[in-house]
Amino acid sequence: MLARVAERVYWLSRYMERTENSARLVNVYSNLLLDLPRGTKVGWRTLIDITGIHELFDENHESADERQVIKYLLADKNNPSSLINSLALARENARTTREIMPSEAWELINDLYHYTKENTNKGIGRTGRHAFLNKIINASQQLTGLLAGSVSHDRVYDFVVLGRNIERADMTSRIIDTGAANLSLSIEQLKDEETLPYENSLWMSVLRSLSAYQMYRQHVHDRVNGDDVVDFLLRNADFPRAVLHCLQSLTNAIERLPNNEESLRVIAGLQRRVSELNIEKILRKANLHEFIDSLQADIADVHNAVSKTWFLPVTEA
Amino acid sequence: MGINWKEYKTELFYDELISAGGRPRKPARALISYLRGLKDSEITDRKLAAELAIKTMGITFTVYSDAGNIDRDWPFDIIPRTIGAAEWSITESGLKQRLIALNHFIDDIYNDQKILKDKVIPKELILKSKNFRKQCVGMKPVGNVWAHICGTDLIRDKDGKFYVLEDNLRVPSGVSYMLENREVTKRVFPEIFADQTILPVTDYPTQLFDTLAAISPRPLDYPEVVVLTPGIYNSAYFEHAYLAQRMGAELVEGSDLVVEDDKVYMRTIHGLSPVDVIYRRIDDLFLDPETFDKDSLLGVPGLMRAWLKGNVALANAPGAGVADDKVIYTYIPDIIKYYLNENPILPNVPSYQCIEPEQLKYVLANLSELVVKPANESGGYGMLMGPQASKKQCQDFAKLIKANPRNYIAQPLISLSTTPVLCEDRVEPRHVDLRPFILQGSQQTYVTAGGLTRVAMQKGSFIVNSSQGGGSKDTWIVAE
Repeated sequence: MLARVAERVYWLSRYMERTENSARLVNVYSNLLLDLPRGTKVGWRTLIDITGIHELFDENHESADERQVIKYLLADKNNPSSLINSLALARENARTTREIMPSEAWELINDLYHYTKENTNKGIGRTGRHAFLNKIINASQQLTGLLAGSVSHDRVYDFVVLGRNIERADMTSRIIDTGAANLSLSIEQLKDEETLPYENSLWMSVLRSLSAYQMYRQHVHDRVNGDDVVDFLLRNADFPRAVLHCLQSLTNAIERLPNNEESLRVIAGLQRRVSELNIEKILRKANLHEFIDSLQADIADVHNAVSKTWFLPVTEA
Repeated sequence: MGINWKEYKTELFYDELISAGGRPRKPARALISYLRGLKDSEITDRKLAAELAIKTMGITFTVYSDAGNIDRDWPFDIIPRTIGAAEWSITESGLKQRLIALNHFIDDIYNDQKILKDKVIPKELILKSKNFRKQCVGMKPVGNVWAHICGTDLIRDKDGKFYVLEDNLRVPSGVSYMLENREVTKRVFPEIFADQTILPVTDYPTQLFDTLAAISPRPLDYPEVVVLTPGIYNSAYFEHAYLAQRMGAELVEGSDLVVEDDKVYMRTIHGLSPVDVIYRRIDDLFLDPETFDKDSLLGVPGLMRAWLKGNVALANAPGAGVADDKVIYTYIPDIIKYYLNENPILPNVPSYQCIEPEQLKYVLANLSELVVKPANESGGYGMLMGPQASKKQCQDFAKLIKANPRNYIAQPLISLSTTPVLCEDRVEPRHVDLRPFILQGSQQTYVTAGGLTRVAMQKGSFIVNSSQGGGSKDTWIVAE
């Protein structure tokens, strides 16, 4: 397998995962806000903060109302992580790996791209948003299934798994961060007796954005609460979107690749740090945010190790 | 309702489907009667289905323009062009004959130069050719084959005969569109394939792979064959990826390859891995910055060393383009006679050689009726279409020709044949050419069943190049 192809497959997978996650995020958030009491200051801006692109947003927007935020996240060509841009990059990487991917994969991504481009308005307005985003999520899932079922599980597939799980771990960590910090902060604006049901629905929406609600209920029998949700999303070994599960998938894929010593070392360190976490301590001391920051830096280190070992060397022009 | 074929006027040209009397030609009968049975709405549906298929399959080509490179959907007309199998079989022998002779010629030019010593072709014509590569002198590629893949452009004049317009021996493109056109047609008109025998085209990638594998310097069952592309911004990138995929070969860019100890390797996730055969879709001059263009970032330093040592095979071989110079073209009938002692089966378009003083005089006196072509351009660039040109344009071109007569040939304006194209709710004649693809192995020569029919989508236009607004259609060789 060519180093260049490995790199393109990896990014194809990463951008598709990012596309799906962006759609999930907007979808769940739209539902959540309908449940909150009037006057709650949990705003659309939180969505911008999750994706880590607030500076660029602030440069070009005066306010963060629903329409502006959704448009920015879904359709803005100037936002490098907008859904349409992620999808365009996924498509570009699919186009340039057509010689090794099944043609159905390309057709699916290409189709989804055209659909999304032509229907963004449906996503921006409230009425058609749910159907629009679901179509994107379904198509992404279809691609995952197609690849699982029709690509040989050889090294090409390992890079699909790498790209998907790095992106997934990263996104899950962002969602936890936002759930814990931003959402809880806003809760404090409410009177104590009002808090409980809303805290509940906030954490539920965090779970739902990761399709984790049902799995959580099956694993954790207690009612939905912050500690358990964070613990579940960080450290559950079986739930596919939990950080620890993503890390284990990364380890499995990396173990099958040649020259894997450095990447294995980096990922093993990260896995240990996540397993040994004292959730209660970081939540009570309110330094979850710091931990998530360092977690994201560690995930970036995994990416760097993968890139250094298996992708084309960067040539100096 | 459906298509009203009575309104279809073949006018002054030879029409591929409809004879001058307004009746379908024999190979087109089944097709026309099938189309007659379709209602307007059905035709519209099929047309939309084709557009959708093209979009979904992502059949695109890239257009270079000032506004950046744009990927466009492939313009396609759903009504196939038909050719009878008997006629095709003669055309096929003509194409084989031509490529065999051309390979003899190229091999001779880089080795004994007998044809020059016998003064069949003026020596300075070759030595001054932009496509003559002195670095290749003395090289003996496997089987003495230099041009493994050839795309030959055929046109049909008013007399209904095929003429060869040009041979593309460097990096001919279009074959993937031929294959995709068939795929689209099968999706759009599945019924019609049941009623008649239309020769399949699908074996091309297999034939191509076998041709390439056979020239591997290492005697392996599965040598490492790669397709070398200039990259994703090249107008034919779609085709490079397509062929690599269908052959199960790696698609590589220059930076994926490296030459060590005069051997070629590719960078893989396991480290360096040896490469045996390179189907290169990069022009000679960009292949190797050590030998040719020093600034080329597309190529691989040392590639020519590896090739000259016989450690890697290149298809087509560097230097093969010496035979697709438009001035050399005018000598091809002589070349066929010289090497094969046969008469050419397919005629050339009558041409004037500006390098010959008598013919030059004629050309300059009759510019407004001639088509003048530069020796080494492709894609329809740098041409003068005399009948459509202004007086000023003709005068300017006369200066160019006089300054460098070796660089030009002239031909009378050949009327390309027409074929029905769906325009809104009716059919209208549009001009077409045909590019079959020919593969030359050491033992055998293969010709695609039909080829790529290119269509000048503008009414009255003769320009079929996709870079200049041309489209295409499926081409059927129909067994009679």
